[in-house]
Amino acid sequence: MRIRRRDFLKASVAATLTAGLPRLARGADTASVYDLERFGNARILHITDTHAQLRPVLFREPSVNIGVGAMAGQPPHLVGKAFLDRFGIRPDSADAYAFTCVEFEKAAARFGRLGGFAHLKTLIDKLRADVGERRTLLLDGGDLWQGTGLANAMKGADMVEAANLLGIEAMTGHWEFTYGEEVLRDNLARFKGEFLAQNVFLTEEAAFNDAKAFDPASGRVFKPSIVKEIGGHRVAIIGQAFPYVPIAHPKRFTPDWTFGIRDEELQKLVDGHRNNDKVDAVILLSHNGMDVDLKLASRVTGIDIILGGHTHDAIPLPITVTNAGGVTLVTNAGSNGKFIGVLDLDLAKGRVANVRYRLLPVFAELLKPEPAMQTLIDKMRQPYVDDWDDKLAAADRLLYRRGNFSGTVDQLICDALLSELDAEIALSPGFRWGLTTLAGQPVTMEDVLSETAITYPQTYVATMTGGQIRDVLEDVCDNLFNADPYYQQGGDMVRVGGLAYTCTPGESVGKRISELKLSNGKHLEAGKSYKVAGWASVNQQSGAPVWDVVAKHLRAGRPPNRDAPGVTLKGVDDNPGITRLG
Amino acid sequence: MSITSNEFSPTRRLVLKGAGIAALIGLGAVPFDVAPALAAANDAYPAEAFKQKSEADAIKALYGKTAEPSDRVKMDAPEIAENGAVVPISVTTTLADVTSISFLVSENPIALVASYRIPAGTLPSVGNRIKMAKTSNVTVLVEAGGKLYSAVKEIKVTVGGCGG
Repeated sequence: MRIRRRDFLKASVAATLTAGLPRLARGADTASVYDLERFGNARILHITDTHAQLRPVLFREPSVNIGVGAMAGQPPHLVGKAFLDRFGIRPDSADAYAFTCVEFEKAAARFGRLGGFAHLKTLIDKLRADVGERRTLLLDGGDLWQGTGLANAMKGADMVEAANLLGIEAMTGHWEFTYGEEVLRDNLARFKGEFLAQNVFLTEEAAFNDAKAFDPASGRVFKPSIVKEIGGHRVAIIGQAFPYVPIAHPKRFTPDWTFGIRDEELQKLVDGHRNNDKVDAVILLSHNGMDVDLKLASRVTGIDIILGGHTHDAIPLPITVTNAGGVTLVTNAGSNGKFIGVLDLDLAKGRVANVRYRLLPVFAELLKPEPAMQTLIDKMRQPYVDDWDDKLAAADRLLYRRGNFSGTVDQLICDALLSELDAEIALSPGFRWGLTTLAGQPVTMEDVLSETAITYPQTYVATMTGGQIRDVLEDVCDNLFNADPYYQQGGDMVRVGGLAYTCTPGESVGKRISELKLSNGKHLEAGKSYKVAGWASVNQQSGAPVWDVVAKHLRAGRPPNRDAPGVTLKGVDDNPGITRLG
Repeated sequence: MSITSNEFSPTRRLVLKGAGIAALIGLGAVPFDVAPALAAANDAYPAEAFKQKSEADAIKALYGKTAEPSDRVKMDAPEIAENGAVVPISVTTTLADVTSISFLVSENPIALVASYRIPAGTLPSVGNRIKMAKTSNVTVLVEAGGKLYSAVKEIKVTVGGCGG
């Protein structure tokens, strides 16, 4: 049974009205914002990219998130005021604070922290109880086990405990894979939900050697999907792991597995669920990133809704994508536990009759922490707190990470690499997780770990030619700005220290990066060698973990390098993915 | 749990295993004792085609005709290579009377990577792993019924790292 187009046209209008209008009148001064109007017969709750942030966080959304080609000016590539205008959010409101970077510091003081698993638990329990437990499903889009010192030290085991208590029924993965197969399988053995990934297969060699797989015939390593009965209807949930794990991370963590988008295999899976299992709805729980999901939705037919993550885009309304079979709605639910997606479905025989979607910011001050989860969090942190609680320094300015080209946290990390490792140029990865610290607030080891905690944190010092450095910048820049989303990886641009450059995002690979200059004003010479320091290399390195380098730098109390050379942008003057607000 | 896709039968896995062996023939390091056998199956080893630098020259040397794009040539290849040294690419086709299948990488120093003769009655399905110097278009050619058909896909080779 196919979804008819007119069903979804109606659905998308409903979503626009319900999620847009009530927000205008809303403030964060009452818990009634979480009393949602009843709708439909099934409720799916979606969290994603929480990055193991068990406690409430400050997280500033980006002021630079440029879209190129067909994505220019389209969600998620809107920031600041352009974002508020597009989604009808009142400036100065709690929603404006949650969804954008506008006047972040002022608003942070007013509306406080978001997320935290004890607060999430309270809200999720309420959202489930409101409609009845058997009518709901809780899904996690991955990047659940990584992002804090605690998760790194416990290899994600803390988050398995928290996920079980929260009641996550199915998840997919990305950073989960960076613990390696043994730890991953060990954690999954304790996870009470399902780990779904339709796009992870054994390599030919591993298949030949009869490596462990969910389905040896297809080579699928994990269960690709499940059919759940909710509210008397059958819903297929398909998992889509991050497609580029062995490219974005060291291949040694996943030597036997091969990934990819695999939309042809996905299509067969969808068709099977529709034609053979006669499900009433098909949901893709995706860690593709929003641009990839939008393209996928135009190619693969029969998916009702894609619940997306990876790119950390907090998008209040679903984006409607038309394809040969009808319409697919695409969402993306932000990061760090700040938001929970509430998808209310009116399910009918073989189709979704109507849908209502809200992306609720989780304001910690409006929610009582759920006691059992709070106890679990405190118990798990206890052995580490003493070591990590020392104040290393006070934040000399607003410290944040998100942004296509730089963030003040990464400037600090680059400063640390330059001075502690005595290098001319520093390179730091363009991750999108990592918290925000207000100016004047203490920076502790736990904070530093929240910006750096990965399973390959070793620093390196290498000699590279100017030509090689430029090639690295071009390569990473294409992962961000390739006009075809399937060729993007979803991170941000590699951060640089000691180096300034001009970037033209709309150009093609090899032509985006120009005018590279060292901090002394001299041009970077293609044939000359430079001393480069960095971390998070996909090749095995042996230097000190980056968090120790940063901590040493902070303890030394060196004056901040506020005159760090910057990135000059070309050809994007009118792009609404850039703001100077906030 | 009910997965209903039957695309990946055990048969395909066996085909893939076999492809690893077939690929050795095409990779340029042609053992002398294999080449005559290959030649005997059809015609001479296409030495000239394997010397051409550009894709167009290689196609000309190999087939002496131009290809037309066809959606009946199905290429299965990654968008971004997990390892540029061994990029898995396979092709199947619903075209009838297939006599050969060839793989070309336009940015490689030598464009033609592998060419397979398909004897009559053989399932026209080839999987191999190719080496790519850098990001490039990869072209698959299928010769069927005396005509030449193609499919093209860009495969990115990246230094990796820095994922979000």
